[in-house]
Amino acid sequence: MNCKIYKNIKISIIVITLYLILFIGCKSKESDNNEIDKVITENKEITSTEQSKEYAVETPPFSDGIFPCTDCHKNLTPNPVRRVLVDWHDDISAMFNHDSENRWCLDCHDFKSRDSLRLASGKLLDFKESYKLCGQCHGEKLRDWKVGVHGKRTGEWNGKKEYLLCVNCHNPHSPKFKELTPELPPIKQEDIK
Amino acid sequence: MKNKNSRRSFIKNISLATFSALALSGCNSEAFDVFLQQNFKTLSKKEKDRIIKNLEIKYKEKYGKEFHVSDRPALEGTSFGYALDLSRCVGCRRCVYACVKENNQSRDPQIHYIEVLQMEKERGIDFAHSTAQYNPEKVPEKGYFYVPIQCQQCKNPPCVKVCPVRATWQEPDGITVVDYNWCIGCRYCMAACPYGARHFNWGEPNVPNEELNTEVHYLGNRPRMKGVVEKCTFCIQRSREGKYPSCVEICPVGARKFGNLLDPDSEIRYILENKRVLILKQELNTQPRFYYFFGI
Ligand code: SF4
Ligand code: SF4
Repeated sequence: MNCKIYKNIKISIIVITLYLILFIGCKSKESDNNEIDKVITENKEITSTEQSKEYAVETPPFSDGIFPCTDCHKNLTPNPVRRVLVDWHDDISAMFNHDSENRWCLDCHDFKSRDSLRLASGKLLDFKESYKLCGQCHGEKLRDWKVGVHGKRTGEWNGKKEYLLCVNCHNPHSPKFKELTPELPPIKQEDIK
Repeated sequence: MKNKNSRRSFIKNISLATFSALALSGCNSEAFDVFLQQNFKTLSKKEKDRIIKNLEIKYKEKYGKEFHVSDRPALEGTSFGYALDLSRCVGCRRCVYACVKENNQSRDPQIHYIEVLQMEKERGIDFAHSTAQYNPEKVPEKGYFYVPIQCQQCKNPPCVKVCPVRATWQEPDGITVVDYNWCIGCRYCMAACPYGARHFNWGEPNVPNEELNTEVHYLGNRPRMKGVVEKCTFCIQRSREGKYPSCVEICPVGARKFGNLLDPDSEIRYILENKRVLILKQELNTQPRFYYFFGI
């Protein structure tokens, strides 16, 4: 008799535990899905993840007076023909070194909506989210960047971190790092008095 | 029996005589306190508070600055780890000097906690053919890579084992610290450390007054004295407040990563689980918490 009660209790405990596991498992799955949904449902408008503190990023490092682009471009008739720019943005033409054989301005900048970037899919992108644009080709870098391994984090190791955008360190038109002048070497042991 | 008794009273008398001599020779009670201070690990909260208050007063007198001396203990559930991306470091030495500044190291005589070694790509990690003295116009130099070395905060630290007075120990969060007041300057730990991570104050440390960092920790960057050993503490005064060490924050290429090994979502855990990782001098079984990895 006793034995049976115990057996019943045992079974119900197992059932409850399984239930809990299932429930919690589903819960976390659900939130994962939500995240993905959010990303997928972002459609053609300019989106920004500013609210998400996960990627609290510095503002893009625009040169003085260059943004918004429409300040100048609104009066210009756009010309979609690939060419080397000579009158304006000649500085960029001069340094451009980012698969320059195959790419030019309009592969990243939008033809019509001058103040936004443009993904290969045609989706427009705010400059604050340029990392998504970079991630189209540099997927594994983007993945590492998101988890804080590629690039530099400042702030708190157990709390709020400041992320830098790719373009805070890499010039998007010429992304290879420039060489640095090293600080002084240490004093040699034999020179210590 | 009689003999023993008389020896004991002899010692008693001697020490009494010493104390009175000290007292008579014009030592104030504070110096006395310092002289009699116990090992930091054995102090009660009250004693620590008093010592810290006295230190703050002393520093104010000595440097004319308001210091904040912390004795914050290890955070619950933390075990620190550090990772350095060998494929990124360009050998610029920014970290070396950020560390010196943050941790009030002596400028002259010079003490650096971080030494950046330049190694030939052809040879791989090879200490015998490395140099810390490289000084070209620009870095990185072609054909070379750079390996910054600092305390590896070993899980099995030989330096701790050899200290005859237990002036150095490993804290619960994994940081190996020195109680400068307890250190007798024998330098056994320096001999025991296989990474050259410990440094001795051969002379009175010398830090320009305007560059003093006044946010200090008792077991870390508080001003040191002549004749004691010091070392990297993962910037204990910062890391225990949740901040990254200053070498992490300065590195212009983001080669330095820091975090809690017990937190499965930390950067450091991601690196250990996903990247090619190595530790230095693995064969010595020091079990470093400092990992080197290849980000690409
Ligand atoms: S600051 Fe960064 S890149 Fe420069 S030497 Fe230190 S670890 Fe290497
Ligand atoms: S690196 Fe040296 S000083 Fe640091 S814990 Fe290991 S043995 Fe001790």
